[in-house]
Amino acid sequence: MSNTDSAIVTISNRLGLHARPAMMLAEAAMRYESDVTLQRLDQEKAVDAKSIMQLMMLAAVCGTELKVEAHGSDAAESVAAIQELVKNSFNEDSLDG
Amino acid sequence: MKLLDLIVKDAIDPNLEATTRDEAIGLLIDKLIDAKVLDKAQRDDFIKAIIKRERRGSTGFGHGVAVPHVKHPEIETLTAAVGVCKDGIDFNALDGQPVHSIFLIISPEQKPEEHLEAMEAVFSHLSQETFRSFLLQANTIEEVMTLLEEADSSTLGS
Repeated sequence: MSNTDSAIVTISNRLGLHARPAMMLAEAAMRYESDVTLQRLDQEKAVDAKSIMQLMMLAAVCGTELKVEAHGSDAAESVAAIQELVKNSFNEDSLDG
Repeated sequence: MKLLDLIVKDAIDPNLEATTRDEAIGLLIDKLIDAKVLDKAQRDDFIKAIIKRERRGSTGFGHGVAVPHVKHPEIETLTAAVGVCKDGIDFNALDGQPVHSIFLIISPEQKPEEHLEAMEAVFSHLSQETFRSFLLQANTIEEVMTLLEEADSSTLGS
């Protein structure tokens, strides 16, 4: 009963995936039982979306394309939640910092 | 980006004598001022900005590591100071554990991609248990520098 889901997202906030967005993303991923990974489309290595440290190692600037992939009972929900965060630019760009 | 591209040798303190987060941040800023990387007139501004950032969410991401930072419009070159506190400091870390290794990063506001590259360089090593434990065991600036050099040369251009 394990499901897999994935999506491609593009980082759209000016500052990229820095500490605060990384924290928001990890917190979102942790709400789900599924294993969630993120991978730059230009790199081989996928990182654990529930680890802020690993997310910071993506060095994902504005415009970077990432593949979100989830395995588990709530895979689709977890991917949708992360897509939503990225699409909304982590609620940034009006409050840079 | 390599660790030695951002870390200022004279701003490394392997025996940081701080007992609180704010004290640690102040001491590391003073190191950068003494190393002539920051202007003394900006001291309080930088400390205030970094603490304000910590209050919005701790940069103590777990494993005894914290990366307090600020992006500042008057900064043109990204720099970092390193403090190691053997006793550990309460940094309000996400895992609730005391922080031993502090990488304080000052970034140019206009170059967000440089900030992200510096974070990648720092975490690609701090995420490794061996690097963290060697850093804690280092007692002199030279020992820390050797560790940073070894870490840089092992990344094979990643």
